[in-house]
Amino acid sequence: MANESTFPEVIAEEASSSPEARIQRQPLVLNKRNFSWITERITGVVEQRAPRWWWVTFTFTATIASIGLFCLGYQISTGVGTWGLNHPVGWAWDITNFVFWIGIGHAGTLISAILYLLRQKWRTSINRSAEAMTLFAVMCAAIFPGIHVGRVWMAWYLAPLPNNYGIWPNFRSPLMWDVFAVSTYFTVSVLFWYTGLVPDLATLRDRSTTKIKKFLFGIFALGWRGGNRQWRHYEMAYLLLAGLSTPLVLSVHSVVSFDFATSVLPTWHTTIFPPYFVAGAIFGGFAMVLTLMLPARAIFKLHDVITPAHVDKMAKIILLTGSFVAYAYAMEFFMAWYSGNQYERFAFYNRVLGPYWWYWWVGMFFCNFISPQLFWFRWCRRNVFVVYFVCMCVNAGMWYERFIIIVGGLHRDFLPSSWGIFHATWVDIWTFIGTLGIFTSLFLLFVRFLPLIAMSEVKIVVPEADPHYDVDLASHHPVGAGGMERNQ
Amino acid sequence: MRTPSGHKVYAMAAEYPTPHALYEAAKAVRDAGFKRWDVYSPFPIHGMDDAMGLGKSWLSAVVLAGGITGLLTAVILEFGPSWILYPLIVHGKPYTWRTVPAFFPIMFEATVLFSAFAAFFAWQIMNGLPRWYHPMFNWERFKRVSNDGFFLAIEARDPRFTEIEARELLERTGGQHITIVHED
Repeated sequence: MANESTFPEVIAEEASSSPEARIQRQPLVLNKRNFSWITERITGVVEQRAPRWWWVTFTFTATIASIGLFCLGYQISTGVGTWGLNHPVGWAWDITNFVFWIGIGHAGTLISAILYLLRQKWRTSINRSAEAMTLFAVMCAAIFPGIHVGRVWMAWYLAPLPNNYGIWPNFRSPLMWDVFAVSTYFTVSVLFWYTGLVPDLATLRDRSTTKIKKFLFGIFALGWRGGNRQWRHYEMAYLLLAGLSTPLVLSVHSVVSFDFATSVLPTWHTTIFPPYFVAGAIFGGFAMVLTLMLPARAIFKLHDVITPAHVDKMAKIILLTGSFVAYAYAMEFFMAWYSGNQYERFAFYNRVLGPYWWYWWVGMFFCNFISPQLFWFRWCRRNVFVVYFVCMCVNAGMWYERFIIIVGGLHRDFLPSSWGIFHATWVDIWTFIGTLGIFTSLFLLFVRFLPLIAMSEVKIVVPEADPHYDVDLASHHPVGAGGMERNQ
Repeated sequence: MRTPSGHKVYAMAAEYPTPHALYEAAKAVRDAGFKRWDVYSPFPIHGMDDAMGLGKSWLSAVVLAGGITGLLTAVILEFGPSWILYPLIVHGKPYTWRTVPAFFPIMFEATVLFSAFAAFFAWQIMNGLPRWYHPMFNWERFKRVSNDGFFLAIEARDPRFTEIEARELLERTGGQHITIVHED
């Protein structure tokens, strides 16, 4: 682990190479790996016996998950009174967790859809696991609005179904928009993810040794055989799904922010919320992608596929979106002052110096604003420990941010006589920790049973995948095309 | 067409060492005038549609139809109840087209949802999937197609197909392991 933190071989290579070589792009797959190396390394993760660390970690996370499920059962059977919600704070950890999880999902869609449309080829080595992360995060998110309605068995009222009371939902309500946005987002993410998986499931099918694996991978690979007459329609579908997911992902967190922005509460009633929430979602989501991918690549030895350049680029995106978020924080304060509205001014004064002051100083100020500034420095972006530290800060900071927005906005509104403080109960706390367990358990199952890197897509970014890559020509121009030895 | 041992012939197939070789071979087969043939690769090869003489996929038209269906569904789903079945005044605001922007988010989501389903089912149906059995799977080497194998198969049902001409063409373009693939 220690010698991977500075990547000496890469830095040395860059320093020693000629000026000609230095202006060349860094290869996306290091050490000139060929197609079958990619297949072997990635299917190897699935085909090997589950290592001991996997069982230990999975047992731990599954235990946490079952505590979470117990809390859900307890809350459903007893009532929402098991949470610390009371007047004036009627939304607290439940909606904080909902926004936190749904935000994490957004990075996966950004990587799989928006970076695809922008022709960012480096996305290929992280998009599969980032999309899986999206699905699991949205599952965790969906728990909270589902159960905070109180009587869960009445949740079907959210759906516009004809019923014998003759009543219908209010389609102009942001909460109704939320139902449609989140369910559409989850469904489209599943379709996109599965579409991307089919060629890789075919790889696993063709390599399976046992009957049951052959049967299961065979069923789900749909009989894929990689004919160009298939790829032609497949690629068009992939492009269109990416094109559809792009506005979709922007709409989802915008709709989530409308839950707040369409109300009249100081700090909530603001037009900056949709872009502010979307930027924050991508910021927090990228941190979570790195949180999962850095251990995965160390454990499964995927350094040639998830290279230092990949980590570097993701760190830059964290810096960029973190700057959007910091700008939004600053603009909120400016608007509070500039509006001249005393409630708005007080709310922001209260945010920094009120009872929840340290949430702001630690969460929003230090974790979300100060810590990503390290990514201005190349050394920090290339040091996995620094990257991991910043990602952990951002993970925590984004949870704090949502808590401050929600509880900070509610606990002191217009009338001082109705002010109050929120106290979380053990059910609040363990339900949230439980969703962390559900999330990590699902991710562990994913890396165990499905290819965590999109093989068919990584193969495209290897130089010899280009139909104009001529082996004979390349051997005469080693700088231009990568040299003959790639094919060996 | 049958082999001497009585197997029905599906295609004459060959393996190529690189995407470059497969790409050049595809151009040669296209120029020879074959219509029922395909190349098989572990990943989509850039420019192969042109090399095979295939046009743009018309899947996008299906998705457009899906999107329009989604939009109309949402319009009916929202305005039917809100306007006719269960008029509801909230915040003192009208429930008709006068507040139509408040109906946009659900229209947008439904459009995306139906388009995505259209894309998802269209790529499978247009590709003839799911189909768990295919003659190409009878060829042992074809297992590598999902790893690092590049294959070209000229089907026997092509009107121009003759065993000799197909084999000669595959040989000339540098095909290796040239073989007849059986239908059964």
